[in-house]
Amino acid sequence: MARKQLADVAAGRLSVQQLDKNYSDVAPPLDRQRALIEAQRCHYCYDAPCTTACPTGIDIASFIRSITTDNLRGAAETILDANIFGGICARVCPTEILCEGACVRNGPEEKPVEISALQRYATDWVFDDDVQLFERGQRTGKRIAVVGAGPAGLACAHALARQGHDVVVFEAREKSGGLNEYGIAAYKVPGFAEREVEWLLSIGGIEIRHGQTLGHNLRLDELRGEYHAVFLGVGLAAVNALGLAGESFTGVRNAVDFIAELRQTADLSTLPIGRRVVVIGGGNTAIDAAVQSKKLGAESVTLVYRRGPESMSATVVEQAFAQTEGVHVVHFAQPRRLLDEQGTVSGVEFEHTALDAAGKLVGSGEYFSLAADTVLKAIGQVLLVEGAVKAGDQLALNQGRIRVDEHFATSLPGVWAGGDCVGGKVDLTVQAVEDGKRAARAIHAAISKQA
Amino acid sequence: MADLSCNFVGIKSPNPFWLASAPPTDKYYNVVRAFEAGWGGVVWKTLGLDPHVVNVSSRYGAVQWNGQRIAGLNNIELITDRPLAVNLAEIRQVKREWPDRAMIVSLMVPCDEESWKYILPMVEDTGADAVELNFGCPHGMSERGMGSAVGQVPEYVEMVARWVKQHSRLPCIVKLTPNISDIRSSARGAFRGGADAVSLINTINSITSVDLDLMAPTPTVDGKGTHGGYCGPAVKPIALSMVSEIARDKETPGIPISGIGGIGTWRDAAEFMALGAGSVQVCTAAMHYGFRIVEDMISGLSSWMDQKGYARLDDFVGKAVPNVTDWKFLNLKYDIKALINQDLCIKCGLCHIACEDTAHQAITASKNGQRYFEVIDDECVGCNLCMHVCPVDQCITMTRVDDGEFGDWTTHPNNPMRAVV
Repeated sequence: MARKQLADVAAGRLSVQQLDKNYSDVAPPLDRQRALIEAQRCHYCYDAPCTTACPTGIDIASFIRSITTDNLRGAAETILDANIFGGICARVCPTEILCEGACVRNGPEEKPVEISALQRYATDWVFDDDVQLFERGQRTGKRIAVVGAGPAGLACAHALARQGHDVVVFEAREKSGGLNEYGIAAYKVPGFAEREVEWLLSIGGIEIRHGQTLGHNLRLDELRGEYHAVFLGVGLAAVNALGLAGESFTGVRNAVDFIAELRQTADLSTLPIGRRVVVIGGGNTAIDAAVQSKKLGAESVTLVYRRGPESMSATVVEQAFAQTEGVHVVHFAQPRRLLDEQGTVSGVEFEHTALDAAGKLVGSGEYFSLAADTVLKAIGQVLLVEGAVKAGDQLALNQGRIRVDEHFATSLPGVWAGGDCVGGKVDLTVQAVEDGKRAARAIHAAISKQA
Repeated sequence: MADLSCNFVGIKSPNPFWLASAPPTDKYYNVVRAFEAGWGGVVWKTLGLDPHVVNVSSRYGAVQWNGQRIAGLNNIELITDRPLAVNLAEIRQVKREWPDRAMIVSLMVPCDEESWKYILPMVEDTGADAVELNFGCPHGMSERGMGSAVGQVPEYVEMVARWVKQHSRLPCIVKLTPNISDIRSSARGAFRGGADAVSLINTINSITSVDLDLMAPTPTVDGKGTHGGYCGPAVKPIALSMVSEIARDKETPGIPISGIGGIGTWRDAAEFMALGAGSVQVCTAAMHYGFRIVEDMISGLSSWMDQKGYARLDDFVGKAVPNVTDWKFLNLKYDIKALINQDLCIKCGLCHIACEDTAHQAITASKNGQRYFEVIDDECVGCNLCMHVCPVDQCITMTRVDDGEFGDWTTHPNNPMRAVV
């Protein structure tokens, strides 16, 4: 493929075979033999630190012990009862800062038990064989509206369905799953997110209505009137802007849009990517966008972050992974100008940065430019205030997200919220699931009291 | 360099490591490979009278434990299934080619004098160094009045040992079955019958596991199973105890012992020898890993002896026997406490939960709201449980805290039978 000096954006940079290889399962499943060897490394700690470190509190030592006795059903029940998205969490959780980071084997050996791989081993069969582990409770006649079919919304819906309530989930996009479906690198979850959601819904009692967007064709005040309770799991639908001129140049995109498009493209050889890609940001979205660009065949991918590696919200493991995959990571540089030729991006000018004595980030006054055919912005997502807040009723906010109490109740009676749209601890699938689960508990308690 | 050469009731071998009578010593090919690998001797797989026995397919069952593939091994194989003449010819050939190695021939024939009188001269004629009487196998042959069916009756043991000594000049080792309430009774029988030595333990009667799909014991032979002989690492503690019982039995003073039961390393061997075994026999470990394991057994034992200043085997054989005693003679004033090394502690909590649930509630789980495991000395009885469950080597150690006084049960005020001073 001949190199162009401007707008060198093309599909099919790699063969279909190479693309298949690049986008196959980045962490293939363990077979029984390997799973047993790994499971036997678990000390079966008492009051285990890994469980404490898991936002959903999975009893990890117990499920691993079940693996060692070939009791996979027991293992899967332990996992999925605590975390209905235990399948995808086994693939996408940054376990190095969660369960595996807390594993006592980090001490003497610096090699934690591979909990995520074991969790996947313990749960894969459930989805493969479509085994229903949970029963829907006796119908209560109570109806709950859930807004957003992401991890928080669906976890909440599933927990409520188990209690026998009827749940209607309103989802803006065509598919359910939220970020699991649209926002995670394809090689982490090949073909899995949809299957997991199908399995989750098979409990019954959950109806999903797509194309329903709060603030557009859905009103919160109406939902409150029609349902016994409302749960908002709307995520962060808006994207931070760089605040520079030229963000609408051809070739400048939001990383989340690129990832979503990639996830929804069946034939990756039809998906265009720039020859030279610059990704701006330091989180998991930035990493996923950069690595996927490389795997699509970009010649050079440079990820630029304004601070040092320790400040990146992507974990050390994710950063190392990106570098292994051939992404060039540049620290301490902030974008100053988007360069173009007649409205088509040609590069980005950066200023070197440093921390001053007070720890404040300052520009050094030194500049450099990177040529780029594609610029991906990944500097964070924010709550879409128009959609979530000004949808008929006024929800109180806290630091730009929906304010909730410890039971995930919002400022509006009968309305709960969870997941990324409330924030709090970490913006991770596993935290969203826990929020949804806890909110469901609170909703169940509240509506059970109603006549 | 320590001298590992072994002279066991006149049977000489370059080292004390013999292969026990079992499949690894079934024929010329295996035994030569064993000698090439460095084994000091073999006890040839048990010979019987023609017509030779037949064996089943599916012969071994194994206990796997926490990743260890053969923590214990069970077999339902019988004695040699080759004609007597073939075995005798091969024994003769091996002995001629490997004169410095010990060649002991295991025998099992019906419990009548004629049978023994018939087979012994043929064995002697091969040039073998000794015979070992298989009074141990708990399966198959015992149904025909041989093996453990003999070993379980001390009078039979005595009788057969006497016949063997009458009809052969070869040293006679009697292999004992552990499937008996007091191993000393059969050793005493052998001793009375004039046997030169005993070897123990033979395998323990066992069912390895039950196949829950077939609803049959394993190893399964066409849907059925039978009890077999259990051996391997799991049986070592039982064997050590039985060896020590005989070593300190005043009714069989000084009877030489060849130790058998779960030996796979030089350390296992040294332990048996410290309890009085003059030689040791190995089977399961060789079947698990091949004959090459003897290399480390030789170098490991030699290094350890050098380190301890033992020039030859006799310098430490039996050295632990005087320290094997009855419970009533243990010092009740000895007092140890567990000590947890906080620098090594990985905070797994296993010591706490073991002590809390099943012992003496002597280990904390937290301090100032943090995970913290510490021994409460007043509650600790020094049982060692925490030390054993701790996954970190040397993290929990036991420290002596008493003032060195002595007082045992024989004089304890709570003992109604105490000696009156």
